[in-house]
Amino acid sequence: MTRPTITPYRPAAPTGHAGFAQLLHAEWTKFRTVRGWVIGAAAAMLVTVLIGVLTGLNSHNGCFGAVCHPVIPAGPDGEAVTDSFYFVHRPLSGDGSITVRVTSLAGVIQLSGPPHAPTRPGLQPWSKAGLIVTESSRQGSAYAAIMVTGGHGVRMQYNYTQDMAGSAGSVSAASPRWLRLTRAGDTLTGYDSGDGTHWARVGTVHLAGLPPTVQAGLFATSPQYAPPPAQQLTGGSGTDDPTSATATFDRVSLHGGWPSGAWISAFAGGSTSTYPIAATAGSHQAGSSFTVTGSGDIAPAVSGENADGAKTIDRALVGAFAGLIAVVVVGVLLITAEYRRGLIRVTLAASPRRGRVLAAKALVLGAVTFVAGLAGASAAVWLGDRFLRANGYAIFPVTALTELRVIAGTAALLAVAAVFALGIGAILRHSAGAVTVVITAIVLPYILATSSGLPAGTAQWLLRLTPAAGFAIQQTIPQYAQVSSTYTPMWGYYPLAPWAGLAVLCGYAALALALAGFLLRRRDA
Amino acid sequence: MRQALHAEWTKLRTLASTGWLLLAAIALTATVSAAAAAAVTCPSGHCAEDPAKISLTGISLGQVVIAIVAVLVISSEYSTGMIRTTLVAMPRRVTVLAAKAAILTGPVLITGTIAVVASLLAGRLILPGRGISPAHGYPLLSLADGPVLRAAFGSVLYLALIALLSLGVAAAVRDSAMTIGIVLGLLYLFPIVGAVVNNSHLARHIQQIGPMTAGLAIQATTGLRNLPISPWAGLGVLAAWAAGALLTGGLILRLRDA
Repeated sequence: MTRPTITPYRPAAPTGHAGFAQLLHAEWTKFRTVRGWVIGAAAAMLVTVLIGVLTGLNSHNGCFGAVCHPVIPAGPDGEAVTDSFYFVHRPLSGDGSITVRVTSLAGVIQLSGPPHAPTRPGLQPWSKAGLIVTESSRQGSAYAAIMVTGGHGVRMQYNYTQDMAGSAGSVSAASPRWLRLTRAGDTLTGYDSGDGTHWARVGTVHLAGLPPTVQAGLFATSPQYAPPPAQQLTGGSGTDDPTSATATFDRVSLHGGWPSGAWISAFAGGSTSTYPIAATAGSHQAGSSFTVTGSGDIAPAVSGENADGAKTIDRALVGAFAGLIAVVVVGVLLITAEYRRGLIRVTLAASPRRGRVLAAKALVLGAVTFVAGLAGASAAVWLGDRFLRANGYAIFPVTALTELRVIAGTAALLAVAAVFALGIGAILRHSAGAVTVVITAIVLPYILATSSGLPAGTAQWLLRLTPAAGFAIQQTIPQYAQVSSTYTPMWGYYPLAPWAGLAVLCGYAALALALAGFLLRRRDA
Repeated sequence: MRQALHAEWTKLRTLASTGWLLLAAIALTATVSAAAAAAVTCPSGHCAEDPAKISLTGISLGQVVIAIVAVLVISSEYSTGMIRTTLVAMPRRVTVLAAKAAILTGPVLITGTIAVVASLLAGRLILPGRGISPAHGYPLLSLADGPVLRAAFGSVLYLALIALLSLGVAAAVRDSAMTIGIVLGLLYLFPIVGAVVNNSHLARHIQQIGPMTAGLAIQATTGLRNLPISPWAGLGVLAAWAAGALLTGGLILRLRDA
């Protein structure tokens, strides 16, 4: 007697119904039909804008006698620059060269206070004096210069951001420095020498589109006093006292197309600058020797204590922290609510491949929060910029590409944080715990690094290793070795490069998601 | 009220998560405090660091664990439906919230005391090796020192007030994830916004009204003149936040359907 074989029922329909597109559609339906989640995503967008705008509206920069609506000049590549120096110059038509000997470079610090405040001697490491060829005396013009510095030897710099080292050592009457700057078309070459006979080439640069007639001559300038980095604490205080540098030049010799005429002495830049400048500036000529005193800098403009209230556009994005909290709550609830209501069993019965469920959730969540973040961040930057300007702040100009990176990066930051939250939520299956872990892991290191008084080194490591590294994507102004400033997170500087910082956060999110996928498959729902 | 207290104590005591979370709060606070103390370098002996404040850095992490405990005291009842049983047994809803607040405060105070003492002990042992030593003019951290005692005692009170603030928000919001999001937003957004609008009176005002920025002023033992708000006034601000949250929570609990 044989029993008939019973074959289990198998549906004839293809497995196409369990395709990934259907899964995405299912997750999207879940997301858009839960009122709280839609409100959460919309709230993330709104608070990002509102807090940014409120901060902008309520910040006022006093007009201390100077310019009420200062503008930071932009350099040839659109980056923010400082361009103030004392310039003893004459026109140069066509090719030519200028050679000079520098016999001294000295500096004083103007202590802040009333006019004619006391001064004390102090040469800044980046006080500069030497030869410069510039397109025009307009701020932000293309230029190339060779110079002696207070503490970094001979340098050749051009177009604000570029810096090349020449011979080391400081300049004095006993060991003078010879400098030469040669122009041939749009090519400029800088040389230095210790004795005026043996010359070493420091660098050759091409300034595209240099007009036939340029301004060339001697300059001196000296940046604000900045304490050495070791003395800078996280929330630390430096000073922004202006300084000035005085250089003595002699044996000036010119070759090539120099139309006859007298030297013109003038302060270049300044009236539109936000950069505090010492009042003492000028020049004195005796035969072929010159004494030039200048203050300011020819360098990229950087944010920091010395920036005198100037703002970077990322300051309008402070609301992103609030938006981040909102999207993290939504991200966690996307999975923990399913466990609480038991919906997860239906979800997993409908789509038994559990990893794909998690992937679909991550995609839907990431896309929604990215869009919400993008809308919030663009509006915050656009409005914040206008309000800050209206309230008398100078805004650091940035290239369109940087602005795009900051805005899209902030949106990506929110999206990745939400996905990170989804992963942690799936691991912990506990709403309050998961929300706390994610928000604390991302936001608390930032707070500790910016405003707790931790040593600067520790603060930097916190922003390298923890998920808070992701905020680096908001850095607008690069750090420059040739400008001393307070390069701390409080002023919008992060230890990691923008994309590297976001990559750290992405790493955390990927790790959480991978562990969540593993546990989701292993564990009973 | 006595039955209410007893009931709440039984609920809190028999929940496995409570004990673990309180232990985690102690461990995290002490670990982060010790790490912060170990991160200080002060070879010259002239540093701006405040030894007591550095030793109590961990409170800023420990507080979030305390906040979870406090939120769960009420929102876990909503997620399991227990709240209906509770309110049937004790129809006077404000009494329920008061009993929860009273029962929560005790364990938090004990946890806070252990965490703070452990943190200060870590600071006392670690800081001299990092240059903050009696040889450089910094006395060893000791509770016999008035300002240090104030910082320690105040930090314990700070944790209790954070717990009450979280409880109040939880009673108003019910959902645990949203509650903890709001509590962390209240704690974290003020210092961040305050740091961004630097160099203005607004920043000072923001730090004066933020529950975390004002409350943690209690930890300062040096540079009191530069604080945005004086230590006890700061703790008072946090107490006002906690009272406001509890009142709102109590009112909503009373008016709303469970």
